[in-house]
Amino acid sequence: MKHGVLNIKKINLIPLFDNIFTFYRDGFKGMVLGKKLWKIILIKLFVMFVILKLFFFPNYLNTKFHTDQEKGNYVLEQITRNVSLTELE
Amino acid sequence: MIDIDLSMVNWARAQFALTAMYHWIFVPLTLGLSFLCAFFESIYVRTGNKEWQAITKFWMTLFGINFAIGVATGIILEFEFGTNWSNYSWIVGDIFGAPLAIEGIFAFFLEATFFAVMFFGWNRVSKGFHLFSTWMVAIGSNLSAVWILVANGWMQNPVGMAFNAETARFEMNSFSQVVFNPVAVSKFVHTSSSGFLMASLFVLSISCWYLIKGKHLQMAKKSIVVASVFGLLSSGYVAFTGDEAAFEVAQKQPMKLAAIEGLYKGETKAGIVAAGILNPSKQTGDNQDPFLVKVKIPYALSILANRSLDSFVPGIDDLVYGNEKQGIEGAVSKIAKGKKAINDLALFKQARKENNTRKAALSLAKFKENREYLGYGYLDKPEEAVPPVAIPYYAFHTMVGLGTLFPVLFAVFLFYALKDSLAQKKWLLPIGLISGLLGLIAQESGWVVAEVGRQPWAINGLLPVKVATTNLSVTNVQITFFMFLGIFTLLLAAEIKIMLKQISIGPEGGR
Repeated sequence: MKHGVLNIKKINLIPLFDNIFTFYRDGFKGMVLGKKLWKIILIKLFVMFVILKLFFFPNYLNTKFHTDQEKGNYVLEQITRNVSLTELE
Repeated sequence: MIDIDLSMVNWARAQFALTAMYHWIFVPLTLGLSFLCAFFESIYVRTGNKEWQAITKFWMTLFGINFAIGVATGIILEFEFGTNWSNYSWIVGDIFGAPLAIEGIFAFFLEATFFAVMFFGWNRVSKGFHLFSTWMVAIGSNLSAVWILVANGWMQNPVGMAFNAETARFEMNSFSQVVFNPVAVSKFVHTSSSGFLMASLFVLSISCWYLIKGKHLQMAKKSIVVASVFGLLSSGYVAFTGDEAAFEVAQKQPMKLAAIEGLYKGETKAGIVAAGILNPSKQTGDNQDPFLVKVKIPYALSILANRSLDSFVPGIDDLVYGNEKQGIEGAVSKIAKGKKAINDLALFKQARKENNTRKAALSLAKFKENREYLGYGYLDKPEEAVPPVAIPYYAFHTMVGLGTLFPVLFAVFLFYALKDSLAQKKWLLPIGLISGLLGLIAQESGWVVAEVGRQPWAINGLLPVKVATTNLSVTNVQITFFMFLGIFTLLLAAEIKIMLKQISIGPEGGR
């Protein structure tokens, strides 16, 4: 090691990633019941995020307003609606 | 005061309850079964006995099914916040952002990483690392529950924040107060330990089925021993944490305690109603007896609520109309202060529009004098501060009754399992078989106590449910309510079908 220079040893990460990839690939390939469960999970996530979220559950404030200031003003309006104002004493 | 369609509020409420109750079928089983899998595997690693490995794999498979079907069902609750509860969602956004984000990170990184090793890693990683991964899944699942219960605990006891009238939001000023909120802490320990109890009953239930059918006898007996020990220990812990949770409720939500006990007129040396039938015609403030019949344990409620034998426990009437002698401010007085707070908030809004900084500062200062009563200002009458008493009352007594039965059940099963005479106790096995269902009823009852008992509040004392909603048409919410009913019923049917198939295959199946 030269003075003042950190000599970082080159670490070969490729075999590590390769092992992780093989681990997951073989794991998924070897599944029996797991395949059915994954199908259920994927269908469920599709229904939730693509159908429900997009078509039935828009974020109300995000669709109506663009800035936090606008959202805050709207909510303040909502929680103080229909108040018959009594002026400060 | 606020012209919101109440039928929309009730549909949104029903939808949230439906989603949460379905979600709550899967969660406690995940919390407890993950630990039971870790126990089974620890015994396998310690003994090297392959039979324990088969037992571990079997219960791990059922854990995997429950996890797969239940995963992400809670996300729908967040969708509902944004659509049906937009006022609430905005108002609490600053408080809930951090806990929910941490929950997501925990759930994703800790569970997902070790989950793969747990299921794919048999014979591919060392025994020690596999066991470590199983434990990490158990700990990770339970830790992710911390954050969601921190959020829920805050709704029951809002601390570590201040309402910012400029932004119309509660803003966090102490993360530690929010995280170490005593209600959140007691809620987490009580909820997670009740999950351990639930999973022990689930294992007991299925093992009894095998004993009745005369199949996989060794696995069933061994599973019962571990589940009974875990269930027995968990029962004690559930009772201890339940007592602490009730104490916190008495201090922070006395109306909820009065409702779950059907206590209308406060008492010194108050007793707990062990069992009783409520008088259905009883109304707040009248002189009718709240009970048709009841059995009371003397002094117990005073001890539970205040840790003192001769202390006063306020009833519903005291909390609604006040009790000067006991120094209790009633909802009547709080409503008047709350209305002042709303008025000053409206004046602040108007002054800001008019760019009148002096008037804005003055009205804001006035608002701060009464802001802790803000929520009461939205109530039309003081009786509105009372939850629907019968629901939390019966739910609470169902939960406690079953919670008292379970340790007896575990003790009996453990006794006969250790004597190796369980298979001969034909009278006992059907009780064990239905115990899982009883556990589920206790779980759901606990949820009802916590959430119905806090009505009419979305945030205790600060925001009633009727003001927390979005001003939507009732049809929108009705459509999605029935959609969810369909989807969740389908998911539950899928879970039951796949589980039953797997149970009928027994420990030889899996993967």
